[in-house]
Amino acid sequence: MVTSAPFQTLNDPDPRLALVVKAIAEVCDPEIPVLTLNDLGVIRSVEVAKDGIIEIAITPTYSGCPAMRVMELDLQTALLKAGFNAARIKTILSPAWTTDWMSKDGREKLLAYGIAPPAAKASRRALFGDENSLACPRCASAQTVEISEFGSTACKSLWRCQNCLEPFDAFKCI
Amino acid sequence: MTALLSYTLRLADTALILGHRLSEWSGHGPTLEEDIALSNLALDMIGQARLLYDYAGQVEGKGRDEDALAYLRDDKDFYNLLLVEQPNGDFAFTIVRHFIFSAFAYPFHSALAASTDPILAGIGAKAEKEMAYHLRHASEWVIRLGDGTADSHQRAQAAVDELMIYANELFEIDETDHALIKNGVAPEPDKIKPVFLATLESIFHQATLKAPTVRHPQTGGRKGVHSEHLSHLLNEMQSLHRAHPGAKW
Repeated sequence: MVTSAPFQTLNDPDPRLALVVKAIAEVCDPEIPVLTLNDLGVIRSVEVAKDGIIEIAITPTYSGCPAMRVMELDLQTALLKAGFNAARIKTILSPAWTTDWMSKDGREKLLAYGIAPPAAKASRRALFGDENSLACPRCASAQTVEISEFGSTACKSLWRCQNCLEPFDAFKCI
Repeated sequence: MTALLSYTLRLADTALILGHRLSEWSGHGPTLEEDIALSNLALDMIGQARLLYDYAGQVEGKGRDEDALAYLRDDKDFYNLLLVEQPNGDFAFTIVRHFIFSAFAYPFHSALAASTDPILAGIGAKAEKEMAYHLRHASEWVIRLGDGTADSHQRAQAAVDELMIYANELFEIDETDHALIKNGVAPEPDKIKPVFLATLESIFHQATLKAPTVRHPQTGGRKGVHSEHLSHLLNEMQSLHRAHPGAKW
């Protein structure tokens, strides 16, 4: 199981890379601002391209995720602030993003924010199988029901706790 | 047009037109949850379309981007499946249309994920997860409507009767497909069809719906021969971009 979002910087001795990694470490998901892009696992690599320009590869959570362009812009802005004015952000599709790449930190931040994190393992659940019940992020009760398979963003569904009666968002496991 | 370009455009057009049809429900869904669901389904389809158009533009190599391909082609140059251009009708009609499509698209994208073309394989791997979710959602509704009230059953059955004439086209093979199946770029429809039929049989059975005997299957979309519905859809979808070329906001 991959619990963090490893991206490759190790094989390249270019000293700029460490600065880039530091500069983008605090860039957050525009829709779920408690998560950094690292927590989410969408940054796949940080490299120096053949032409000497810094290149960051990101992968979408969903094909139609409208936050992708904002993420690019936010990364560019963070790099500009750190003095990198010629960086490239490219989108890669393969391997496809999975909630397995969300960091342990990220899961805890989600829970504290009131969003039930994705179940930690195997994203490939049974197509018509029973949904595992989720614990309420507020009162931890297991007495919860899904009220909508789709929520405020493509990556979430809507649930309600039957114990404390609060509705809550849950991160879909894909 | 090369086989790869033609094939990619067929996939892209199908995703875009279905995404547009689903987006027509935004603000009109029967319940708030379903309004959100249909808009999310639309977003996935349009997202897939953008990835495919982007690739089609690269394959073509003439500088056309996703906007040029989506907004500046006429109906005869669209190669989507006839199934997806059918107007939304009532909620049951939209759900049955999406059920038939996703029962095909889920195993199709699973197979496309193993394509020898790395870009199409990446798009397939991404779309497979999304289509699994679509299929589950649509299946649950088909069962609920078919095995629901007399009215919901009748509407769902009418939708099945009308839409199954377009199902055959999902598995058609022409010279474009032959070339790409041979070199492992495109999945073989014959391997997808049994999975599709098994899904339909299982869900229709649970929904107490009957698949009709199709005597005159309809075809033509993949060659640019469409029902008049596509022209009306494009007229609306493309009007802004054509009136204000290059508009940005």
